[in-house]
Amino acid sequence: MRDMSEKLYISSSPHFRSKNSTAKIMADVLIALVPVVIASAVIFGLRSLLIVAFCDISCVILEYVSRKIMKRNNTINDLSALVTGTLLALSLPVTINLLFALFGCVVAIVVVKQFFGGIGNNFVNPAIAGRVAMVVSFPTQMTDWSYVNEIIDSISSATNSVDAITTATPLAGGEWSYLDLFIGNIRGSIGETCVICILIGFAYLLVRRVIKPFVPLCYIGTVAVLAFALGEDPLFHIMSGGVLFAAVFMATDYSTSPLTNKGKIIFGVGCGIITLIIRVFASLPEGVSYAILLMNIITPHIDRLTVPKSFGVSKRMAAK
Amino acid sequence: MKKEALPKKPYITRGGIHVPHKKNTAAMQTVIMPPPRSVVLPMVQHIGAPCIPVVKPGQRILVGEVIGDSEAFVCAPIHASVSGTVKEIGSLLMPNGASVETVVIESDGLMEHKEYSSPAVGSSEELLRAVRASGLVGLGGAGFPTHVKLRVPPDREIDTLIINGAECEPYITSDHHEIVENSWGVMSGIYAVKELLGVRRVIIGIESNKPDAIELLKNMTENEKYDYKDEIRVLTLKALYPQGAEKMLIKACTGRAVPPGKLPSDVGCVVMNITSVSFLAQYLKTGMPLVSKRITLDGSAIKNPQTVIVPIGTQIKDIIEFCGGYSEPPKKIIYGGPMMGLALSDDSLPVLKQTNAILAFGEKEAEIPEADPCIRCGRCIDNCPMSLMPVCLSASADNCDIEKLRKYDVMTCIECGSCSYICPAHRHLLQSIRTGKQLFKEKTGR
Repeated sequence: MRDMSEKLYISSSPHFRSKNSTAKIMADVLIALVPVVIASAVIFGLRSLLIVAFCDISCVILEYVSRKIMKRNNTINDLSALVTGTLLALSLPVTINLLFALFGCVVAIVVVKQFFGGIGNNFVNPAIAGRVAMVVSFPTQMTDWSYVNEIIDSISSATNSVDAITTATPLAGGEWSYLDLFIGNIRGSIGETCVICILIGFAYLLVRRVIKPFVPLCYIGTVAVLAFALGEDPLFHIMSGGVLFAAVFMATDYSTSPLTNKGKIIFGVGCGIITLIIRVFASLPEGVSYAILLMNIITPHIDRLTVPKSFGVSKRMAAK
Repeated sequence: MKKEALPKKPYITRGGIHVPHKKNTAAMQTVIMPPPRSVVLPMVQHIGAPCIPVVKPGQRILVGEVIGDSEAFVCAPIHASVSGTVKEIGSLLMPNGASVETVVIESDGLMEHKEYSSPAVGSSEELLRAVRASGLVGLGGAGFPTHVKLRVPPDREIDTLIINGAECEPYITSDHHEIVENSWGVMSGIYAVKELLGVRRVIIGIESNKPDAIELLKNMTENEKYDYKDEIRVLTLKALYPQGAEKMLIKACTGRAVPPGKLPSDVGCVVMNITSVSFLAQYLKTGMPLVSKRITLDGSAIKNPQTVIVPIGTQIKDIIEFCGGYSEPPKKIIYGGPMMGLALSDDSLPVLKQTNAILAFGEKEAEIPEADPCIRCGRCIDNCPMSLMPVCLSASADNCDIEKLRKYDVMTCIECGSCSYICPAHRHLLQSIRTGKQLFKEKTGR
């Protein structure tokens, strides 16, 4: 018979949990980023791997140390610091000074994430905030697109017979072809150029049900429609700059995007509108970071306005 | 009234989760347990007013004799489940925290009973009185007195009877066994209730993970001998928890949504558990009231999981001993399934009328996960069958924010636990929402 000195656990139901965990979700995001990281190494050389590794290690150490100082439990096991580090690294130019990158990591992990309570409580996407802080602080370094991978460029020049050596991203008026955009043979941040690899990552995240398609599709769709309406080339606007990368990996960040499907659609459309307004009318060549940052900030308001109707509540009842 | 057609396939419902079925005992024959040394019969085994004991200590008693009853309308009498002598009338701390008057009967092992004959059911009033006398309550777990449910107010028009054979909780196979081993009872019980309510549409909802039960009942309902007017339909439901929850089942079977705070009868439906209708048929035939119950005994700490028929009031430890004891020290014992069941403090508590399973978990399964911070992934919202926002409800409850609890509609929560199950941060969402509900009721007086 049972030894009565052994106490039984009492807890609220359910007494049964799924095997999913925060760390598994973050691991899936990291897996989805692998093709992009590989592409960055191929297009921009091994230094891009150095940047990714540097940012990853810095973010993990910064998270560990700041939690320690704040006397909070250790959270590096949830892998979210690795995701932030990788995303930040992939949004930097390959020539970036590593000390500047460290500054970005500090802003992302310490200021934006841990000062506001750690995972799930940050009000803007840490990687984007880190990047924006760097753009504002080191504008020249952050827009240095002078690096050219000679091997890739020679292949490309041979096929396209276009002399593609310029020092600007396509958005700032550089030369480009659709094929270059698709495989990523253009100037830009190390992770944002290879469209095909980003799409592979997107497909993986969808299949694993880590993200839903609403934010990326609405974001990109809005950019395309607006670009067309304003007489710009929609395909060019989708595939150049950081739109695709940010739409798939950054705008879908759980903490800073709305909870409901309706909210996600509003969020995606909003990101698209702001991005294109900045691109076409502002003096900046790129508006993705600012667009997502602004939409992050109004996310709580979107959430408040998109509470779904409970089961059995008809439209007439809801109006009362 | 125009008769609505029988549905061919279930209507679409929202949310729900795929839980592992773990129906380990589905293929095993039900075992009948011999009477234990004593039975413990709390006077509350239903929703409603408690019964008052009508026996005295030392009194000799036979199986099926009334030991507790009350004048109240929402109540069902309780009967002796073994023959023997009344040992004492004491009190028992139930797992919900209430102290309940309890009759303990020492069994003589003979299971003697007086001659019963089928009750007179000439009129529907007589039938309803017989249902009350049988002691029947909703056997699926809720325990609502059946005679109250079947006494439909005259201003409500009922056109559909739904028989709940979904059994969506993991582990539990009691209803499944009832269908397979007693399909006659199921069908004849359905007819009795159908006649009483005067409905011309009966839908039996069974989850697709019980193909043999579906096959069996389909053969019967498609046979002209049993269903010559073609008014009964077996509907194969998706195996999706919580398909057996009343509101979900009504939606899946009829496409109608019961509004918050309303009853199934408001949308023309009566829902009955499949074991309840089967018992009713048994009672109308033999006159023997509700004294035994089929339960599933399972979980990692049980040596030989099986389905057993036990006298109501049998203590859990006696059943476990009968089934070969514990395989490892139990860390959690549950009344009912793992999703909505109640954790017990003690294995000397008895089986009640509405108990359909006893689960005993060992160290690993009983472990309560530590909650991580919410990452706002929204999985709880996607999977909530009631279209609520569990993450917001739980935060509002933790902040004791009554206005937010109202805004996020806390009282619509059916406490199915899908949100806590699916949460990757292992947050105890339902636990917070439950406290929020309690708080809301206290503060608003609802």
